Amino acid sequence: MKPVSRIHSRTAVLVDENIDTDRIIPARFLTTTTREGLGKLCFNDWRYQADGSDNPAFPLNRPEAQGCSILVAGRNFGCGSSREHAPWALLDYGIQVVLCSEIADIFRGNALKNGLLAIMISAAEHRWLLDHPGIELSIDVRGQFIGLPDGGRIAFELEPFARHCLLNGVDQLGYLLQHVDQIDAFVREREGQEAAIHGRTLQQSELRPEGLGA
Amino acid sequence: MSARTLFEKVWDAHVVAPETADTPAILYVDLHLVHEVTSPQAFSELRERGLKLRRSDRMLATLDHSTPTLPINADGSRPYVNAEAQAQVTQLETNCREFGVELYGWGSADRGIVHVMGPELGATQPGMTIVCGDSHTSTHGAFGALAFGIGTTEVGHVMATQCLLQRKPKTMAIHVDGQLPRGVGAKDLILHIIGTVGIDGGTGHVLEYRGAAIEALSMDERMTVCNMSIEAGARAGMIAPDETTFAWLKGRPRAPQGAAWDAAVAAWRALRSDDDARYDREIHIDARSVQPTVTFGTHPGSAIAIDAPVPVASSAQDQRALDYMHSQAGQPIQGMPVDVVFVGSCTNGRLSDLRAAARVLQGRHVAAGVRMLVVPGSEMVRRDAELEGLHKVFLAAGAEWREPGCSMCIAMNGDLAQPGQLVVSTSNRNFEGRQGKGARTVLASPATAAASALAGRVADPREYLNQEQTA
Ligand code: SF4
Repeated sequence: MKPVSRIHSRTAVLVDENIDTDRIIPARFLTTTTREGLGKLCFNDWRYQADGSDNPAFPLNRPEAQGCSILVAGRNFGCGSSREHAPWALLDYGIQVVLCSEIADIFRGNALKNGLLAIMISAAEHRWLLDHPGIELSIDVRGQFIGLPDGGRIAFELEPFARHCLLNGVDQLGYLLQHVDQIDAFVREREGQEAAIHGRTLQQSELRPEGLGA
Repeated sequence: MSARTLFEKVWDAHVVAPETADTPAILYVDLHLVHEVTSPQAFSELRERGLKLRRSDRMLATLDHSTPTLPINADGSRPYVNAEAQAQVTQLETNCREFGVELYGWGSADRGIVHVMGPELGATQPGMTIVCGDSHTSTHGAFGALAFGIGTTEVGHVMATQCLLQRKPKTMAIHVDGQLPRGVGAKDLILHIIGTVGIDGGTGHVLEYRGAAIEALSMDERMTVCNMSIEAGARAGMIAPDETTFAWLKGRPRAPQGAAWDAAVAAWRALRSDDDARYDREIHIDARSVQPTVTFGTHPGSAIAIDAPVPVASSAQDQRALDYMHSQAGQPIQGMPVDVVFVGSCTNGRLSDLRAAARVLQGRHVAAGVRMLVVPGSEMVRRDAELEGLHKVFLAAGAEWREPGCSMCIAMNGDLAQPGQLVVSTSNRNFEGRQGKGARTVLASPATAAASALAGRVADPREYLNQEQTA
């Protein structure tokens, strides 16, 4: 993952609440086996008309929304599925930040792991941003604040580990693999207990398969 | 040790490294379920990094989402919706072969929807941590397991390390007191609960369902309840294992046997919340007040009793949802004309669900112009249903009897509704377009779905069940 520390953009707004993962990327497009190229399918059924042309009623199709990488969305964005295709599609579409008063758990975790800043702010600040589309914001991950055009700031919380990973481009799998000794020790103890219950013997290969990094 | 909830007991038993202010906990995973849609990119990542699976013996894979539910063609090919769907299935077959994962694929007598199959095989057991790249993994919580959906990046984490990085969620108790009235089932109850809690009411929490009404539920019904925990925004839902759980699991292929079984049950008995355990939130639901429940809008929280008036929209967006659904404020959902009825999915595709639908359909015929699909949740469900002759009831009533799979729950295999059609569906999501672009979904129980198929309109199953009683 590339480090993400600061993002500057105008905002585009989707006021709808509960924008679910089926709206972000409809299920019939999930037959893909790669992560790439999902941007053109992002918001597909909302964004295009039946004949394939752009739907003028879709807010992100408006001229003023072009080039915006910060999306302010209605409450409870990303609810529904655990499909990581949703953040992949948003990123490929050009969205780098989602600001919302409430973001669904699994979506938020998936988003942050891919460098999509899913940021929760208070209901009042959220309301204000919903009411002011197109303003210039700069998101500071290190300082955990959103800079407003008038110099004001909106502070936000970010889980410290997610913040660390974003700022340093840390790969979480790499981090987990650094703990392989601890995992081994845990497995030995747990499997020992389980083997006692289930009358199973444990093979060395189960404890630490060859080829595992470390 | 201080009093702990069921969730805390299972969580604590799987912590490899506790969380700190700066880092999440490392949580060990006992069982990793895999399907074709959310795994290909994770296998690719492993390949790119030259990593192997840490515990292929703790993984089970199945084909369910992209698979056709129509029988094999005369030439031996499968009627896939498109080449991409077929390629995705082939990719999982290849990945499982290459990485040594047990795949319940085509030709397996036990293939099924991942959340139907895992429990049936006895792979799902109390006290386990279970994950899958699928949000309805919460289903397995019915056994007192901590089970939740993960994204594809995390699928890769579990493949390589058998662990996940997790912050400890909060807990919420949902006490369901009293008993459900006759003709009202688990699906009605969970829709009612989501309608009460709201679709984001459980965000950040693991739910524990408890109380007399929950204890009275069968395992199939408990799975229906836990399945939809995610529709309240929760990470997971859990029910403490009890005699019902143990009786259901005993003798299943992957459950412990003999002396190991007795030892396992003894350990599982400790898996209940201590009397003075504290939850971050608690709510109470009176089971006696639950009616046959359906949805009127475009998310699962828009749930009301079948004969209750649709509430007036309180925002432009709510009005849009009513417009999309052609729901009328002030009018009940009961009576709305129906085009398609779907009985199936990991919410309601188990044997007891098919029995409930068959009981209503028995000796009757689906209304003219209504298409009804009955899709068993697994090969095992299909076999059992056919042994009982349920398929004959469905076929005689004019319904289609299909091969197991997710089918119209997610509509990515070609089973879908046309724009504008109204589907009464036993699945779990009524989002816009979930069952086909422009399709309108009313979530309901199998009995309500069957009654609606007969009436050609959204109908109260009690009418049919009462006739049965007086006949
Ligand atoms: S039946 Fe529906 S909810 Fe269940 S796993 Fe399949 S697609 Fe997901």
